[in-house]
Amino acid sequence: MAKSIVQEFTKGLWAEIAPFRLVLGLCPVLAVTKSVENGIGMGLATTFVLVCSNLLVSALRKNIPQKVRIACFIIVIATFVTIVELVMQAYAYPLFQKLGIFIPLIVVNCIVLGRAEAFAYKNSVVASVADGLGIGMGFTLSLAALGAVRESLGVGTLTFWETPITLFGPSFQPFSFMVEAPGAFICLGLMLCGMNLLGKK
Amino acid sequence: MADYLVLAISCIFVNNILLAQYLGNCPFLGTSKKMETAIGMSMAVIFVLVMAGVITWLTDTHILKPFGLEYLRTISFILVIASLVQFVEMFLKKSIPALYAGLGIFLPLITTNCAVMGVCLINIKEEYDFLSALVASFSYAVGFGVALIIFAGLRERILLARVPRPLQDTSIGLVTAGIIALAFFAFKGMV
Repeated sequence: MAKSIVQEFTKGLWAEIAPFRLVLGLCPVLAVTKSVENGIGMGLATTFVLVCSNLLVSALRKNIPQKVRIACFIIVIATFVTIVELVMQAYAYPLFQKLGIFIPLIVVNCIVLGRAEAFAYKNSVVASVADGLGIGMGFTLSLAALGAVRESLGVGTLTFWETPITLFGPSFQPFSFMVEAPGAFICLGLMLCGMNLLGKK
Repeated sequence: MADYLVLAISCIFVNNILLAQYLGNCPFLGTSKKMETAIGMSMAVIFVLVMAGVITWLTDTHILKPFGLEYLRTISFILVIASLVQFVEMFLKKSIPALYAGLGIFLPLITTNCAVMGVCLINIKEEYDFLSALVASFSYAVGFGVALIIFAGLRERILLARVPRPLQDTSIGLVTAGIIALAFFAFKGMV
């Protein structure tokens, strides 16, 4: 045990921040970041699934046979995704509608399956939960950051809890390209470039 | 007939699965460094997506809906897709080894390709009938292939270009994808 629990948590926030460093799980990153709010909602939903699936997979890691482990992971993940889906439908319906099919698609998010396979299956329960929380928060942060850039340039506002804050004066012309698909790709590409500039090497 | 043609064009170009619906981006970036792998992946996706689209549509209409089990959709779809991929893999290995060798490692990867699951869910969400679901699945898969192959062609050229260091690899790939998406954006409003 070289790393402490705190390190397992913090590595997900910068050193191994999933969408940028590992380039995994890009679909929700591109699709739901039209506004900060959507980004945070999606990030939190994914974090919940990550933490719970990491917890269960690592608790059961001695009972899951090597050969059928992927199928087992998928069932565990799908169960938690269904829970999130039903809970959001009941308590956060507007957000659920905005995120649309991307909530059920958390099942096929490579980050969740990747952490189950690469971390939770080999480590203790506490470390796995810390890892899931860290990676999940990192994912939320990246979604929020990308959402903030796209929303502020594309619409000129930042929305928190359904109250938009206008950022620029009345003469601001929204750069609507940013909230469409091409803007998502280019914006993420440039942010990745920025991360590379700031990061090690 | 004309309706199906319109649906096909809208799925291939206007609502392109990769560039307009943002689905299936991991293989889009992961398998586009070489033309050969891009073609392999596209073929595998077309093959699996058509089957998955049809089977999940049947599952939903004839099993989940009559028994009021819609809340099990996510779990049942992912299980159907995972076992279908496994089954296709075993079948091809045994009876069409040439095709199996061609598709190779791309088949198992498709299980976690969100384009497949995404199209199955879109088919249900749009309330397509059986034939429309079939046409839509096939056209989305073709659209995936078209975008992936265009992208792979461009990426092979980028390898020869001088790219600033922080922009290298994925970063320039995403910017290029954005420019292709811009080209596909022009189809918007066509159908």
